[in-house]
Amino acid sequence: MIVRILGEGQLDVPDGELAALNALDDDLQSAVESSDESTFTSSLSALLSRVREVGRPLPDDEIVPSELVLPAGDATLAEVRELLSDDGLIPG
Amino acid sequence: MGMGQRLALIFKSKANKVLDRAEDPRETLDYSYQKQLELLTKVRRGVADVATSRKRLEIQMQQLQASADKLQSQAQQAVGAGRDDLGREALTRRAGVNQQLADLQTQHAQLQAEEEKLTGASQRLQTKVDAFRTRKETIKATYTAAEAQTKIGEAMSGISEEMGDVGMAMQRAEDKTQQMQARAGAIDELIASGALDDASQPLGGRDDIQAELDRAGASSDVELELAKLKGELPAGQQQQALGAAQTQATEPQAQTEEQK
Repeated sequence: MIVRILGEGQLDVPDGELAALNALDDDLQSAVESSDESTFTSSLSALLSRVREVGRPLPDDEIVPSELVLPAGDATLAEVRELLSDDGLIPG
Repeated sequence: MGMGQRLALIFKSKANKVLDRAEDPRETLDYSYQKQLELLTKVRRGVADVATSRKRLEIQMQQLQASADKLQSQAQQAVGAGRDDLGREALTRRAGVNQQLADLQTQHAQLQAEEEKLTGASQRLQTKVDAFRTRKETIKATYTAAEAQTKIGEAMSGISEEMGDVGMAMQRAEDKTQQMQARAGAIDELIASGALDDASQPLGGRDDIQAELDRAGASSDVELELAKLKGELPAGQQQQALGAAQTQATEPQAQTEEQK
């Protein structure tokens, strides 16, 4: 599974990690929904550490879309909200 | 659905919108390649801008450090001359300068981190753009409608995700740089106004602490010279000279009083 950490690049994560990562990703989503900044920060940092730990950086010359796109470690809840909004920060 | 999945979908739908607009999907390859080259140019300019801001901060940090060092030696000089008041003033200003310096160091570290990230992003994008060009030509050469559709789709979502990421990194670095430039401008003004210290002023510019210290130094030098001259006079004249010196010293004072 390919995961992108914004500002860092893409990593190839073993498929066996999928369930664990998805659980962390769901925690992150509910933290965003309930505007829980501290849970958001801790889930994000847990998720990113796990991805960095088990993932291998993808070679730069590979061009593939990611299945998970994660915010940078220092992203705030407000920034992520804007990313998730339809015409948010992502340049077309 | 988790947040990472949602974000991935948002990136994909941006790429799909571009694909949907084109009648012939092959057109999107050339169009996207042009956009990639434009973005690459922008990112390189972005890296250069961040570096310029970082260097400007470094120059300011050197100026402030020179000010802090100068104020420190002025404080020592003042204490040596028995002028605790001047010493206290110099140390107070040095504390202010050090505070500014600490702020600048934090900003410098942030800017350096942005610069590294953007440099990395620019190198990654360069490699991807090269790979895209090769893939674009391969897809065009082996074109059959059904086959091309999937290949183009993947290449386009992949590259558009990368471009989105790089675009955001650049926006972020630009915002940081702009904030820093505003603050750097304010500090330049402070330095120019002499509020922090005059160490950075052109030659001949002097600050008030130094002026006081020079006056204190000069007058004690004059006293020493005077005492030396008196010591050299023959014994009989010494008393007279002392009297004359006293009258001379009081006369100009009396004149200024009258003028008032």
